[in-house]
Amino acid sequence: MPKLPAEFADLEKFSDWCLPTEAERYAKRLDSTMAQMQELYDATMPRLEDACAFGDKFPLDDLPEDVRSLIHLMQSLVMVSFPVEVWKQPRVPDSGAAWAELYVEPVV
Amino acid sequence: MAHFKKPEAGSWTEHFSTLGTEPVDYTDSIDPEFYEAEREAIFKKTWLHVGRIERLPKKGSYFTRELPVVNTSLIIVKGKDEVVRAFHNVCRHRGNKLVWDDFPNEETSGTCRQFTCKYHAWRYDLTGDLSYVQQEGEFFDLDKNQYGLKSVRCEVWEGFVFINLDPDAESLEDYLGEYGKGIKGYPFHEMTEVYSYRAEIGSNWKLFIDAFAEFYHAPVLHQKQAVKDEADKLMKVGFEALHYDLQSPHSMISSWGGMAPPKDLSMVKPIERILRSGLFGPWDRPDIEGLEPLPPAINPAGAVPWGVDEFEFFPNMSLLFWAPGWVITYQYWPTAVNKHIFEANLYFVPPKTVRERLAQELAAVTFKEYALQDANTLEATQKMLETRTVTDFPLCDQEILLRHLHKMAVDHVKEYQDAKAAS
Ligand code: FES
Ligand SMILES: [Fe+2]
Repeated sequence: MPKLPAEFADLEKFSDWCLPTEAERYAKRLDSTMAQMQELYDATMPRLEDACAFGDKFPLDDLPEDVRSLIHLMQSLVMVSFPVEVWKQPRVPDSGAAWAELYVEPVV
Repeated sequence: MAHFKKPEAGSWTEHFSTLGTEPVDYTDSIDPEFYEAEREAIFKKTWLHVGRIERLPKKGSYFTRELPVVNTSLIIVKGKDEVVRAFHNVCRHRGNKLVWDDFPNEETSGTCRQFTCKYHAWRYDLTGDLSYVQQEGEFFDLDKNQYGLKSVRCEVWEGFVFINLDPDAESLEDYLGEYGKGIKGYPFHEMTEVYSYRAEIGSNWKLFIDAFAEFYHAPVLHQKQAVKDEADKLMKVGFEALHYDLQSPHSMISSWGGMAPPKDLSMVKPIERILRSGLFGPWDRPDIEGLEPLPPAINPAGAVPWGVDEFEFFPNMSLLFWAPGWVITYQYWPTAVNKHIFEANLYFVPPKTVRERLAQELAAVTFKEYALQDANTLEATQKMLETRTVTDFPLCDQEILLRHLHKMAVDHVKEYQDAKAAS
């Protein structure tokens, strides 16, 4: 069963990144190699603009399931953007033991 | 070379003449006795922000708040009369914690008509009155009027709920003073899209306020977050605020912020260009009333390149206004002389579209990347302060809010101890 809208079938192989919460996305980021995140970034970044335009055809509080998954995938792109664009590593550099928990968040 | 005008005295620090320019003694951040004194002299006597009014949407809505620094747990509840009240979360029968779910130490929230104790089912109404005693006839002349919940001062300012353990404290409005008046009318109530973060930090609470109340560190500690050219430029220029102000015990810093939107798109990261968002928030202002013009206390220098104002409400609340129309609150809750819980709340106008939602996502994710860097230096600072090899530290003019904060803490403790000695 495809998770994403047919228009984004090319991103289907990244569907394990369709994660609804920040905690899941952050955990997956820490569990991933830079090569894996780079691959996700390279594939999704050129589709980000399309995904916004596609998603904006639906009311945000009533998204079809496949569009919701698409947004979750794009949220994962946002999550890996710092490691790929600046850090060159999954963790925030010089953040050592520092940890912050997001305990209230709007979930799409 | 100064980029922005300083007061006539030549510096912000000298402009506020009671501060002095000498190095600052940081014993107040490592001394366990001073910490115990702070709990009494500061946290039991000042107004403390405990949550937004949106957490109490209905009559009977409540939430609990664990406050180890003042050694209590509170219930905050909206009554049938819409009045918000606060009570110590302790049953008058035999002292059980009145409101909790599975784990006694975890905070909880919900809606109810009355509070029923889990132990022997004593009940209290939403105004704290004891309304029902199980097998009342077994007691000895029990006057229920004498056994209501212990109440705590609770007042609301612009939707921010505050409590004060001191029954003789001045009103919240008077306490917030000039800033409270000058910020009034900002459309906080529109900003109901909330991201709440919590972190345990291995440092004195004041050290994290220090870290956020100066941006002198930004070009250095956060260097890697900007694209290379921008980082180099920032390092060379350094940081200067647009404006500082003190309204003791509170204070504020006003800063420029060229990133929302940036003049030169090549100066921001690729994803920021697409989502039109970053550290300073989504570049496109939400379409609501109240952002134009801003209340008078915001951007006091009236500067065009204004980006963010940070108000420090003593002791432990920071309130930040970002130029693109959203706010953050920070709170610092001490749990020991060298430990505290840090809380940050990001408040946005609810997004209407996927695009707006992702722009806010990027701002929230970016916030966390910065905050982790800020947080991580603190433990290192605390550890080295505790060696006491160095006790006095020279603070620069861009660190005036730190100088002021530590002076406020020391002054409050001294005043309290003097009053105690005199009585
Ligand atoms: S302790 Fe609450 S009813 Fe007994
Ligand atoms: Fe910082």
